[in-house]
Amino acid sequence: MSDLHHMGVAELAALLQTKQVSAVEVATRFLARLGGNPHNAFLDVNSEVTLEQARASDAKLAAGTAGPLEGVPIAHKDVFVTKDFVTTAGSKILSGYRSPFDATVVRKLRDAGMVTLGKLNCDEFAMGSSNENSAFGAVSNPWETSHVPGGSSGGSAAAVAARLTPAASGTDTGGSIRQPAAFCGITGIKPTYGRASRYGMVAYASSLDQAGPMARSAEDCALLLSAMCGPDVDRDSTSLDVPAEDFSSDLLSPLATAGREGGPLVIGVPEEWSEWSEGGLRNNDVSFDVLLPLTNALHQLIQLGAKVKRIHLADGNLAIPVYYIVACAEASSNLSRFDGVKFGHRAAQYGDLLDMYQKTRSEGFGAEVKRRIMTGAYVLSHGYYDAYYLQAQKIRRMIADDFQRAFAQCDVIAGPVAPTTAWKLGEKADDPVANYLADIFTLPASLAGLPCMSLPVGLGEGNMPVGMQLIGNYLDEARLLNVAHQFQMAHPELHNAQPGSLA
Amino acid sequence: MSAAKLVHGYEVVIGFETHTQLATQSKIFSRASTAFGAEPNTQACAVDLALPGTLPVMNRAAVECAIQLGLALGSHIAPRSVFARKNYFYPDLPKGYQISQFEIPVVQGGAVSFFLDGEPKTVRLVRAHLEEDAGKSLHEDASLGGGGQSGIDLNRAGTPLLEIVTEPDMRSSEEAVAYAKELHKIVTWIGMCDGNMQEGSFRCDANVSVRKPGTPLGTRREIKNLNSFKFMQQAIDFEVRWQIEQIEDGHAIQQATVLFNPDTGETRAMRTKEDAADYRYFPDPDLPLLVIAPEWVERVRSEMTELPRAMAERFVRNYGLPEYDAATLTQSKGMAAYFEQTVKACGQPKLASNWIMGEVSRRMNADGIDIEQSPVSAARLGALISRIYDSTISNNAAKDVFDALWNVSGDLVVDAGALSTVDAIIEAKGLKQMNDSGELEKIIDEVLAAHPKNVEEYKAGNAKALNGLVGPIMKASKGKANPAQVNDLLKKKLG
Repeated sequence: MSDLHHMGVAELAALLQTKQVSAVEVATRFLARLGGNPHNAFLDVNSEVTLEQARASDAKLAAGTAGPLEGVPIAHKDVFVTKDFVTTAGSKILSGYRSPFDATVVRKLRDAGMVTLGKLNCDEFAMGSSNENSAFGAVSNPWETSHVPGGSSGGSAAAVAARLTPAASGTDTGGSIRQPAAFCGITGIKPTYGRASRYGMVAYASSLDQAGPMARSAEDCALLLSAMCGPDVDRDSTSLDVPAEDFSSDLLSPLATAGREGGPLVIGVPEEWSEWSEGGLRNNDVSFDVLLPLTNALHQLIQLGAKVKRIHLADGNLAIPVYYIVACAEASSNLSRFDGVKFGHRAAQYGDLLDMYQKTRSEGFGAEVKRRIMTGAYVLSHGYYDAYYLQAQKIRRMIADDFQRAFAQCDVIAGPVAPTTAWKLGEKADDPVANYLADIFTLPASLAGLPCMSLPVGLGEGNMPVGMQLIGNYLDEARLLNVAHQFQMAHPELHNAQPGSLA
Repeated sequence: MSAAKLVHGYEVVIGFETHTQLATQSKIFSRASTAFGAEPNTQACAVDLALPGTLPVMNRAAVECAIQLGLALGSHIAPRSVFARKNYFYPDLPKGYQISQFEIPVVQGGAVSFFLDGEPKTVRLVRAHLEEDAGKSLHEDASLGGGGQSGIDLNRAGTPLLEIVTEPDMRSSEEAVAYAKELHKIVTWIGMCDGNMQEGSFRCDANVSVRKPGTPLGTRREIKNLNSFKFMQQAIDFEVRWQIEQIEDGHAIQQATVLFNPDTGETRAMRTKEDAADYRYFPDPDLPLLVIAPEWVERVRSEMTELPRAMAERFVRNYGLPEYDAATLTQSKGMAAYFEQTVKACGQPKLASNWIMGEVSRRMNADGIDIEQSPVSAARLGALISRIYDSTISNNAAKDVFDALWNVSGDLVVDAGALSTVDAIIEAKGLKQMNDSGELEKIIDEVLAAHPKNVEEYKAGNAKALNGLVGPIMKASKGKANPAQVNDLLKKKLG
C-alpha cells in the first residue's frame, strides 16, 4: 500500500487487525520516512528495536492475542524514559542517558500493541513554546520550514504533521501539547491532571505536568488516550484512582443532544479571551487571521446543533505570572538531581565539590532552563516565599474556582490556543517574555488541572494552521473528544489538510 | 517545675531533637529494603537513586509508627499534614532535596513523663514529623594514604525517620539523659524503632543554652548526633562549662552546630548561623496531603500494645503491687512480660515482684544480661515461688535452688515441667522442709528434755526463753524444720 503513511491510527489498526498489512510492513514504511531525520524531529531511532517489536506484533496478530492498537507505530516525546532508546529530555545534561525502566505511559501503549519508532525532539526539560530550547537543535514546522513547530512537544507535532508517525506522545505543562498541535495543524489532548501516570516522565513542574496523545484526528486521540490512561497509584501518588475509560464511547453523540439532560451542547466563549458578539469574535490581542477560522468553527458547531454562550473567566490574565512562579519553583527543585553525581553529564575538569556542581550544571543546562531554575529558587527563598509562591497558590485556586463557575453555565469552553500562528524561527528567541505572553490562553486550564485539547480549524496568513482550544470539566475528556469528532466528521478537510511539502 | 539546679549561678536550658529510625520493612517512599549492614548501594532502587521519572509513594507502615508515637505521648495526630521539600545539594542526597514535614507535621504536642531521683518530670513535645534519611558519604583520608576520594552509599537513603522535637524544658544533663532514656524506652516498647543507638536508629541532637535565672533564653548551640547516653551527658556537661566560661570571659555565644568528640570529651563548632543555608521549603507537589481519618487512628489504637504507664497502673490495681514495684517492673516490655508469666505460674504477685526485683535483677546485673536471656524461665521462677508458698522449702533454701537453676539449667532436662525440675533440685540438694509433725515432735521432745531451764523460764512468763529452744530444734533437724511449724508445736506443748 503506497499511502500507508497517510493513514491514521484507527485506519492502520483496522488494516492490521484484518491482516491487510503487516506490522513489519508498516514499521518499515515509517522507518524509511525517518531517514535523514526530516525537520530534526527525532532524537533517537533504533530500527532493530522497532522491527523486533513489529515482528512480535505480527506474531500476536497471527495468534489472535493482539492488543487493540497492535502494530500501530508511535513515537515518544523525549521526556518519557525508555529502556530501548536514549532519553535526554532535550538536555545536554542527560546526553546518552538510558533508563533502566519504561515510563508507565510507554509501557501501557506497548501493552496495547503499539510499536515504538523512536524519541522525539522537544524543548529542554519541556521548557519552551517553540522547540528552540532543545540542546539538540530546533525543529522546523512542516507547513513552512522557516517557522517554529511550537513547543515544548514540537518534535511530536512536526512528526505527526509530516507523516513521520501516525501518533506521538506529548506532555503539557502550560500548553505544550495544545500549542504545537495548533501550530502544526494536528489534534492533541491533555487529559485531567492525574489521568495519565507521571511515572517515568522526566519532571518539569510536578503539579502541572500531564501526558497526552497527539495525532491527526480526535478519533485517533480517543483511541490513544484510552490506552495511555488509568490509575498507577503504586508508582505515582498524584495518579487519579479512577478506572481506565473508553474515550471513544461518546464520539458519535450528536451535538444537538450532547448537552446536559439531553439538551443541546452549550459552548462557553470567555469574553476575556475573545468577545463573541453579533456572531463574530473580537479581541485586539488575538491576530485576525486566528480569529477568523475560530469564528467559522463556532458557526459550524452551531450548525451541528450546539449553542454558543458568552461566559467570564475574570482571573485568566493572572495565569501568566502564577504559572511562571509555580512552574519555576517546582522546576528549580525537580532539576536539583542533575548534579553530576549519579548519572548524566559531569564536568570533565573540576576542583572541589562546589566547583563540580557549578561546572556540571553550567555546562549541562541551557539558558532557558537556567533562567527558570533561578526564578524558581528566587520565589522560594526565605523572605520572598509568602509574596510569590504562596500568593500564586491562592490565585491558582481562584482560577480553578472561576472555571467551576463557568461550567455551571456551559458544557465546554472554546477559544484560541495561541494569539498568533507559528512564528518564524529565531523571531522570539532572544525575548523570553514575548514567549511567555504567548501562553496566555493555554495556562489557565493547566493551572486548574482541567482536560483540554486543540483541533485544527483552518489556515491563517501564509497558510499556517490555526487551532481551536476546547476545555472541559474534570474527567470530561470523552465530551471534548465527542465535540471534536463531530466537527471533524462534518469538516474532514480541516484536519486532513496537509503541509504543502507533502502534496 | 521544681527549682532548677544551677551551675555556677547559671540555669541550664536543654531541648532535644531525636531522629528515630522506624522499624518498617521498606523505605518511606520506595519498596527497597531498610535492612542494616548490606553491601553499599545494594538496597537502593530507582526511586532512592532519584533516577529521572521516579516518584515517591508513601509507606503506610511509617505513618502508623507516627500514629503510635502520638498515641503513646498524648499528642494531637494531625488529620491532614503536609510533606515539604528541604532543598540542598549534597552527594548523599540523591534528589537534591529531602522530603520532610515543615509547616504542618503529623504529630503535634504531647509530653514525656519520667522520674528523676524520685521526682516526677515532664518534658513537652513541640512536634514529631516524618522524613526520609539521606545516604552516607565515606571520605578517604588523603593524609592516611587514601586518594582523598569520597564514596556514596545510598542504602540508607529513604529510610523512614520520625524526628521528635521537645520544648526547651530540661534543666540539667541528668534530666536530659533521663528524658532520652524514657523516650528510648517508649519507642522500643511500642516497637516503632529498634532503638539501636550504635547503628544510628536513635540519634539525639541537644540544643543547649545557659542563662542567669529569670533572664530570657540564652543563645543556643546544637550538639549533633549523640549516639550514646554516656556521651550525651559528657557532651552536655562540657558544652555547659564552655558556654559559662565564654560568658564569664565576656564573649557572647554564637548560634552554632557543634560535634562532640568522645576521644577528647570536647564539643567543637562545625558551622555557625552565618553559613546557615536557605532550604527553600515548599510543599512537595509529588505527594498529596497526608490524610489520617479518625478510623485509622482508632484501628492503630486498638492494635497497640499496652503502654508502660497504663501497665503499671494495672499492676497496682490488679496485683496489689506498690507503685514503686509497678514502675520498676514496667521499665522494659521483657521485664513486665516475665513478671506476668511468673505470676501466672505461681499466683503470688508480691513474692514474684520481690524475687524479680531482688535475686533475678542482682544476677542479671552481675552477668550483664537482659531478662530475655535469663537462664531461669518465668515458669521455673514461678514453680520455685510456689514451693516457697506451699512451705516445701524455706526462703533461704529457695536461694540455693535459684542459684542451681541459674547455673546449671543448661544441663537440666529441658522437656521436664518447671515444677518437676524445681522439685528435682530440692530433692537432690535435700532442702525440703520437715513438714512431718511426727518426726518433728520427736525432735522437739528430745530438745525440751535436754533444756529444762528454758522450759521453766518460759512457763514463768519469759517469752524470749522460747528462742533458746528453737535454735537447737532447727539444728537437730539440719535446718529442714519449718520455723513456723516449730513455733506452733512448741507453744502447744508448753501451753
